[in-house]
Amino acid sequence: MRVAVPVFPGSNCDHDALHACGTIMGWDTIPVWHQETRLPENTELVFVPGGFSYGDYLRCGAIAALAPIMADVKRHADSGGLVLGVCNGFQILCEAQLLPGALLRNESLRFIHSEVHLRVERADLPFTRAMKPGAVFQVPIAHAEGNFTLDPTDLVDLEARGGVVFRYCSPKGEIGADHVPNGAMNGIAGIVNVRGNVLGMMPHPERAVDPKLGSTGGLGMFQSLLEAFARA
Amino acid sequence: MKVRVSVQLKPGILDPQGKAVEQGLHGFGFEVDHVRIGRLIDMDVPGTDPAEVKAKALAMCEKLLVNPVMEKASIEVL
Repeated sequence: MRVAVPVFPGSNCDHDALHACGTIMGWDTIPVWHQETRLPENTELVFVPGGFSYGDYLRCGAIAALAPIMADVKRHADSGGLVLGVCNGFQILCEAQLLPGALLRNESLRFIHSEVHLRVERADLPFTRAMKPGAVFQVPIAHAEGNFTLDPTDLVDLEARGGVVFRYCSPKGEIGADHVPNGAMNGIAGIVNVRGNVLGMMPHPERAVDPKLGSTGGLGMFQSLLEAFARA
Repeated sequence: MKVRVSVQLKPGILDPQGKAVEQGLHGFGFEVDHVRIGRLIDMDVPGTDPAEVKAKALAMCEKLLVNPVMEKASIEVL
């Protein structure tokens, strides 16, 4: 299993991604500088990491979406390859139009870092297949722009096609505005494209995979990817 | 030619920054409502025909300067 982690100026979760995929999962994980024009051969998963690419200039992710490596990430996605974008990675995938919507400033106007609970809405994806539908898991968030927004009509379409993968919830799995940390529409924490191979999410599963660091709530996603690749 | 693109959040999109500034203004006793914060982008665009220059700026908006999910822009050739 080969994973490519694009690194932009200002990325700061690239090492979390490399640790989770490389050290913890034992996958062949390669950092790829944003100026490169090709992903490593036989890349199966592209992990677009979090951070503040290009200092969040213009809009979060807007400049990174135009980086040379992103053309090959799009090609990879178009040919059915898996792409996972976390936090700033999610913002980049939206700006690159690989995913619908946009991430606005948090409703509170504050940068939020805390543990959240997520409910699994889709457990049939390569990213979630080892999880149960409706299951709840705990992962950290750390962002100032995580307020997911979409045109009302497009939001209806997104929900109707099952595009929502994770929703913020209570520890027991209850949904409601009280459990949404950032004001995201419908409590949306993560979405997937129509084809099911490009997933973006604000929370950080890659920061919750190592018992030594205190939590392992994010492991389910990596076990899912492991299963998906074992079958491929 | 000098071109000014002003980018605003679309109506209906929450603008927490605008809201915070509005509250700040209320704190000083100003009566204001619907404060919205946007972004001004000034640039020099080669060309002498305002219509052509405006068309170029529009293309820039579509490619990069504006995210149509949340923003709209107006273009002024100065």
